[in-house]
Amino acid sequence: MILFEVFLNGLLLGGMYGLIALGLNLQYGVARILNLAYGEFFIGACFIAFFTITGPWQLNPLLSLFVSAPIAFAMNWLIYQYLMIPLIQRAPDQDALDADVVLVTFGLLFVFQGLALVNWSGDLRGYSFLSVPVHLVGAIMALNRLLAFLGACALAVALFLVLRHTRFGSALRAITIDPVAASLVGVDVRKFSALAFAAGGALAAASGMLVSTFISFSSTTGVEYTLKALIVVIMAGVGRVTGTLAAGLLLGVVESLGGYLVDPGLTIAINFALFMLVLLVRPTGLFTRA
Amino acid sequence: MALGTIVLVLLPLFASNYVLSLFILLYAYVALATAWAFFSGATRYISLATAAFFGVGIYALAIAHVYLSIPLSLLAAAVVGFLVAAVVGLSTLRLRGVYFVVFTFGLTELVHQVINWAEIKNRTVTRYIFTDVSNVSIYQTLLAAALLSIVGSWYVSRTRLGFALRAIGEDETVARHTGVNTTMVKILCFAASASVMAFVGAVLALRYSYIDASIAFNNTWSFQVLIAALLGGAGRAWGPAVGAIPLVLLSEYFSGTFPRHFPIALGLCFVVIVYFLPGGITPLILRAYHSFDASRMLRVLRTGRLPEGSELAGRFRAGVARLNGRWKI
Repeated sequence: MILFEVFLNGLLLGGMYGLIALGLNLQYGVARILNLAYGEFFIGACFIAFFTITGPWQLNPLLSLFVSAPIAFAMNWLIYQYLMIPLIQRAPDQDALDADVVLVTFGLLFVFQGLALVNWSGDLRGYSFLSVPVHLVGAIMALNRLLAFLGACALAVALFLVLRHTRFGSALRAITIDPVAASLVGVDVRKFSALAFAAGGALAAASGMLVSTFISFSSTTGVEYTLKALIVVIMAGVGRVTGTLAAGLLLGVVESLGGYLVDPGLTIAINFALFMLVLLVRPTGLFTRA
Repeated sequence: MALGTIVLVLLPLFASNYVLSLFILLYAYVALATAWAFFSGATRYISLATAAFFGVGIYALAIAHVYLSIPLSLLAAAVVGFLVAAVVGLSTLRLRGVYFVVFTFGLTELVHQVINWAEIKNRTVTRYIFTDVSNVSIYQTLLAAALLSIVGSWYVSRTRLGFALRAIGEDETVARHTGVNTTMVKILCFAASASVMAFVGAVLALRYSYIDASIAFNNTWSFQVLIAALLGGAGRAWGPAVGAIPLVLLSEYFSGTFPRHFPIALGLCFVVIVYFLPGGITPLILRAYHSFDASRMLRVLRTGRLPEGSELAGRFRAGVARLNGRWKI
């Protein structure tokens, strides 16, 4: 019975991982830009939610989405337009571009982290929102975790539907498969890549808001979430939306069960073991067509 | 060159303790950045595992110095670094590009957690280092390490091994087809560079009185070493050393006055390198050096006039004309 509860907790944790990784997969899958400053937008949204509920008006933190998501969207669009496009034009091949992008986004990571440190200090913060127990299928769960899990599912389904059934979505899928061919059939690759990159940033903010209801965060913890999201994206396969959620769930369950059965001090080691295993067995990801 | 080395060797005789510490830090960075560029610069496998090997060196020394003499413990640290990197390399060096970066980035955290876990099982969260090694000997050891790593990196770059490394960086598939044993070359050089990192960590650990896992495995080392190497330029053996100087001065300045602003400066360094200095500082220095003409310079100094037809004279004259136009109304 305890094992079942551990499994359920793993599912909730995995939903959170999938949620965090959704936006990164959109950015890396469509725009082919590995944004290592991704977690900073996540943490930024955590802070905005925190200030919404602890500020002078004490509003519902869910409302902060209307602020943080548009800000993240605009900032990511600007980053793509003004920082990434010069690199894309300069790079002779994808390898050279990757190296440049890794360095620049690491630079952005440090700039954002430094700005957050200067303004909000490095203290751990957190707030209490919807932390009431819910009885579900014989186990007890916190409502805020359940909300994040449902949010993850809803966003994944919405993203899937957009990609599958709209013109915009088919353009994005075409770019994911082959940018050159997409531009040959009349897709404005640069415009749509910028939009996908910006939408990925907005998803990072949305996931940050949802997750901030039950984690504590500080100016320097963004990197951890970038790393987790990256592991999930690489496990799922670049550009696979529903795969992202499934890979997140897998990672969460393995981490939770491993922590319970082996040792709670070794969760990162378990994460990395899984990550290495996937890379060695299926380097293109678990949820890609062979 | 030789004169400069003599001055550096004799420096502890007349420098204050603060200057000595600054130089110790500088040599540590020079050795680390040179070791990093030796592997990552040539093969273009961007490694962020510097802090992991550095920390392994610290722990190796902390454990070994109880049983062995200090020089032997330092040697042991280098050997442990080599072995750990060889094991890591066996599994990770088949990853390419971004995957490799991500894995090495996480490696520090992974080793940190595993050692922390082992230490808690062992009921020793912190370890104490009791030695009577003076600052001057640390200074000399690190100076030797820095110089040897530069000379070693320069020497290897002229051998078949160095050529094979560069071939892997240019195109790994082609390198393999022309008969380079790429796996062997990569693991050997990765491990050699890691053993230097572990050695530097071990030497610096002599200055700490106690250590724990979060002191030893600090990701900042990986980033600062990466920046030093790229700022200097990873294409030449002495390039990373050139980059380490401004970086150490910058970090010294910021940690003294605005510790919270340091990440911003570090981040801007990354951005500046990528957009404005893709090859680092060394190409600029080389260009200045090659265009330097001593006899012409002497003539200019003697006559006090720029030679006719030189680019500088033309620009100078144009500038004067522009100023004249602005002011002569």
